[in-house]
Amino acid sequence: MSLKKVSKEQPDKFEFSDENLDLAKKVVLNYPTGKKKSAVMALLYLAQKQNNNWIPLAAMKYIAKYLEISYINVYEVATFYSMYNLAPVGKYFIQICTTTPCMIRGAYKLVDVCKKNISEKENELSGNKNCSWTEVECLGACISAPMAQINDDYYEDLNTKQFESIVKDILKDKKPKAGSYRGRVNSEPEKNRQTLLETKNA
Amino acid sequence: MLEDKDRIFKNLYNDLGADLESAKKRGDWSNTKEICSKGRDWIIEEVKKSELRGRGGAGFPTGLKWSFAPKKVGTKPHYLVINADESEPGTCKDRDILRFEPHKLIEGCLIASYAVNAHKCYIYLRGEYYNEGAKLQSAIDEAYKANLIGKNSSGTGWELDIYIHYGAGAYICGEETALLESIEGNKGQPRLKPPFPALVGLYGCPTIINNVETIAVVPTILRKGSNWFASLGKPKNTGTKIFCISGNVNSPCNVEEEMGIKLKDLIEKHAGGVVGGWDNLQAVIPGGSSMPMLSKEISENITMDFDSLVENKSGLGTAGVIVINKDQDIIKCMARIARFYKHESCGQCTPCREGAGWMWRILERMAKGEASKDEVNMLSDVTKQIEGHTICAFGEGSAWPVQGLLRHFKKEIIERNNFDPLVKDNKNIPYLIDQHILEEDIKNVKG
Repeated sequence: MSLKKVSKEQPDKFEFSDENLDLAKKVVLNYPTGKKKSAVMALLYLAQKQNNNWIPLAAMKYIAKYLEISYINVYEVATFYSMYNLAPVGKYFIQICTTTPCMIRGAYKLVDVCKKNISEKENELSGNKNCSWTEVECLGACISAPMAQINDDYYEDLNTKQFESIVKDILKDKKPKAGSYRGRVNSEPEKNRQTLLETKNA
Repeated sequence: MLEDKDRIFKNLYNDLGADLESAKKRGDWSNTKEICSKGRDWIIEEVKKSELRGRGGAGFPTGLKWSFAPKKVGTKPHYLVINADESEPGTCKDRDILRFEPHKLIEGCLIASYAVNAHKCYIYLRGEYYNEGAKLQSAIDEAYKANLIGKNSSGTGWELDIYIHYGAGAYICGEETALLESIEGNKGQPRLKPPFPALVGLYGCPTIINNVETIAVVPTILRKGSNWFASLGKPKNTGTKIFCISGNVNSPCNVEEEMGIKLKDLIEKHAGGVVGGWDNLQAVIPGGSSMPMLSKEISENITMDFDSLVENKSGLGTAGVIVINKDQDIIKCMARIARFYKHESCGQCTPCREGAGWMWRILERMAKGEASKDEVNMLSDVTKQIEGHTICAFGEGSAWPVQGLLRHFKKEIIERNNFDPLVKDNKNIPYLIDQHILEEDIKNVKG
């Protein structure tokens, strides 16, 4: 179980934007009548997107009211799942997978890059407050190890040098291109592909 | 090697495009109505005859699972839930299905929903797969637009709605009942079984839960016939499977192969061999991090199917093959896996919540050479205390990899850890007692 720190500095108020109110209405309709509670995870995502990548307590109260459930129901969900950030993480949130398949292909070298360029400790904002980094558990792209997720995008097949330039771009508020950094196509073997060759050449 | 004509996922590497039109060219949706018109019993019987076993890790026979759903809809509606919470370290097969073969999954959803009388299908997708989710959603939208699903799905008269529910980074939600809790808007903590979800599942209604790959292969099985599928692989371990080969190999990749392929072939033919050559191999984790590792000697001749891996005290799991070569510190590798389980334990059952942390801390010490020798047996004991004493299979999942390490690398651990035990007198002391207190007692007695 992961421990999560709730930010000490909290805004007083939170309300969904009009756009998010529309989306929230639609999400609730995905579930049977009387089962509005199911939408809590989706609404927490909306709140997180709207509030610069983190969820303030005011948003949890707002969502509780919106779904007519108790505040603790929202709070326990927000603290249980690791993808909800309860403290500011900056505009760019870098998650480096360091579970064994990535570790044995050098994921901790990427961690060192973050330590050097962003902040000594994980979950700490960079000097210019626009990004932070954290180690995470398996992101499900093991054949593209080592890899990192920056906001919604996967950055795969990285090496230290490439990752350093990605991090530097981000610190300058530039979004680098996502995908494989060894130029390979999806999840095919880089060399000597043996299967589905007809379609490859088609 | 499996011939290309027998491969189910022709677009595994996205050579052909994932959109509806391209998918139709590959044969998806070609005679869905005809398949459904043969009736529920026929579908379930065919899936049973194909001997398809669940691809999510446990390998439960799919046709049998479907037959557990009540034959007639009673007062409660039925649900179909697709488990796309792929988080097992070493596994990334479902991601490619979601990205590149979404229509196989959606068509499978329709056929499975029809077979188990469900009008609503939820796809539980891990939150990190945001882009994959967007692609799946656009494929679902395409299918709605073409009337393949919806009010009168593919002209079958069956109403089906498919929704994506995003998870939020909890490995435990891949456990079927935790997944249901999560859809209901709760913490993902597994439920006690029985009652099994087939009778009391989502919102208390009959629910069938299947892995993405399991559902995605069903349309092709029904189209080509159960005999074709059963003729591939070995008896009781039939068909094809997507293998993910990661770790210290020259070309890590996903590849669809026949069940029962030799592990060595998989690594050497498809993944470009072990970094540093086969002799540099240290160990292989054959089925995602939960499965005990195999030594080099076993890896030499083992075939990749459920039964032969179980014979070798491991399991096929999700078929995520993690190759570890001799350049790696094997104890450290397993310590990191133990940390994964410590992090992901839902905290509901004490043996797992506390034991996962114990195993991690002991292994970290062992990696540094700071453990005492008697801790080797203690670690083995802790794994036995977790295994079988928890609500869900997470307990086994966290204990087995450590048992695998102890089975094959006990010598290395003992060699590295020469610390003398704190209590030198050879007494029969239960490990639960704090050793430092005992040591003081001994000093007092001697002093």
